[in-house]
Amino acid sequence: MIRVFAGLGALVLLLFAASLLIGPAGLPVSDSIDALFRGEGEAITLVMREIRLPRALLAVMVGASLGLSGAALQGYLRNPLAEPGLIGVSGSAALGAVLAIQSGLAAAFALALPLAALGGAVGAVVLILLLAGPRGSALTLILAGIAISALAGACTSLVLNLSPNPFAASEIVFWLLGSLADRSMQHVGLVAPFMAAGTIALLSLGRGLDALTLGEDAAAALGIDLARLRLMLILGVAATVGAATAVAGSIGFVGLVAPHVLRRAVGAKPSRVLPASALGGAAMVLAADIAVRLIAPERDLKLGVLIALVGAPFFLRLILTQRREM
Amino acid sequence: MCTFLGAPAMGEFLGAPTIGDAPQRVVSLNLCTDQLAMLLAAPGQLISVSRLASDPRSSAMARQAASWPRNAGQAEEIFLLNPDLVLAGRYTARATVSMLERLGIPVQRFDPASGLDEVPDRIAKMGEVLGREAAATALIARFEADLLSLRYEVGTVRAAIYQANGYTLGSGTMAADIMEAAGLRNLMADRPGGGRLPLELLVMRAPDMLITSTPYPGASRSEEILSHPVLQAMALPRANTGPDWICGTPYVLRAIRDLQEAAR
Repeated sequence: MIRVFAGLGALVLLLFAASLLIGPAGLPVSDSIDALFRGEGEAITLVMREIRLPRALLAVMVGASLGLSGAALQGYLRNPLAEPGLIGVSGSAALGAVLAIQSGLAAAFALALPLAALGGAVGAVVLILLLAGPRGSALTLILAGIAISALAGACTSLVLNLSPNPFAASEIVFWLLGSLADRSMQHVGLVAPFMAAGTIALLSLGRGLDALTLGEDAAAALGIDLARLRLMLILGVAATVGAATAVAGSIGFVGLVAPHVLRRAVGAKPSRVLPASALGGAAMVLAADIAVRLIAPERDLKLGVLIALVGAPFFLRLILTQRREM
Repeated sequence: MCTFLGAPAMGEFLGAPTIGDAPQRVVSLNLCTDQLAMLLAAPGQLISVSRLASDPRSSAMARQAASWPRNAGQAEEIFLLNPDLVLAGRYTARATVSMLERLGIPVQRFDPASGLDEVPDRIAKMGEVLGREAAATALIARFEADLLSLRYEVGTVRAAIYQANGYTLGSGTMAADIMEAAGLRNLMADRPGGGRLPLELLVMRAPDMLITSTPYPGASRSEEILSHPVLQAMALPRANTGPDWICGTPYVLRAIRDLQEAAR
């Protein structure tokens, strides 16, 4: 158990370092490290501190948020298909973010961006819980999720199509597939508080979700306040996914794949899957963001593309194994 | 010094009649052919210009374009105008243009100008297709004289064009020629054409000046890169590209002069 967590931690650290050291400028490793810590060499220091550091930090933060939210949603709904991207939470958060940006609110008041994304995410999570419910079947969950994602995606595209800015329409791709290119420390500062609060809320759910695996009545008998658990889940997922989407667009599959891969290694207990998925998600997004820069540094490949390339076959395999178990 | 820039309009060429079998109902579909046609057409010869021609963010002649009816470039709409010549850009809505050709309307396609030396060619071609050769010859002579008097020697200031999405322009582009004529050294001269330049490569190349695009109304993530903290930390002098930079018309002279003033 401890070995798994140590391994995951080491993997995240390794990928974080790689993310800092890999980039189109091809800077020498020793110079890069000097520039990052001691600030030697003006241009290199700017590149390391203002371009690569925020990108690597955001990859960790966004990945951890998505992995953790996926694990929490799967634990609460007791449904292996729950994932912020699939069930429309990311899409709705993107709609909130796009509305904040296009209405000019985000320019007038910086916090409007993460707050609007959070609002969109809360709306989607509440709708999903109402429609699918804690005992809802996989079918209801997925149908509700498809409806919400399609609606949010259509509204996002509509808003961007109607924008007077000619670039806005081409950014539909960004909001649907996500990217970490050219983000800055301002973005890190803007979303860090939301992600920290959401992460604390979700990690605190471990014991409650463990009890819930025995059923709602058993959990209530064990002294778990289910209404409070539900509220913390909604706020935690909305804060983490909303903040992640506000700066990086919707990145799918991380919340699906990370918990599934790690459940084998750490066991099915949600209290263990939660932190493991956060680390796993961070590693996934870091790896994908490095790959994006290695494959075509001048093309701004979208993160969602790469993650879906890995995630979709995984999803198919999941369906096959589930069918066999039935 | 620069007679073209001071002149109120190209009005003095407009009086002469068109020669022989010159087209009488000309419709333009492209921002650049709009402007060339407005500069050269005889009164009444040009019956419609594209909608972009009167957009001050794209067109160097937005004010003048108000005197012509506008079209939205739809084949049906153009056909109903009953033109005897349609002017299009090489890459203008190909489906529309080929449909017009199938309907039997003559179409002249213009290549985008990729340098100052191509401006006289474009003016000459427009003069030819409109049957306004004399006006074109006079405009070319004036353009060449003005360019000669305006042109600076390339100095030591290394400037880079950096636009939304980190798009930059290297050698063999109109923008690069404008920069050089304004006396600036193009930081990206070693790369042909346009393309995306990752922000960290721009920082490592350490330009002395940035030439950025003017932001459009309504926000976009693509333009956010122009206010990235790293560019603010470098605190470079900035100039803007604009409508004068887009087409191979004599208005590129105004772009050169504005850039010279900004770089001073």
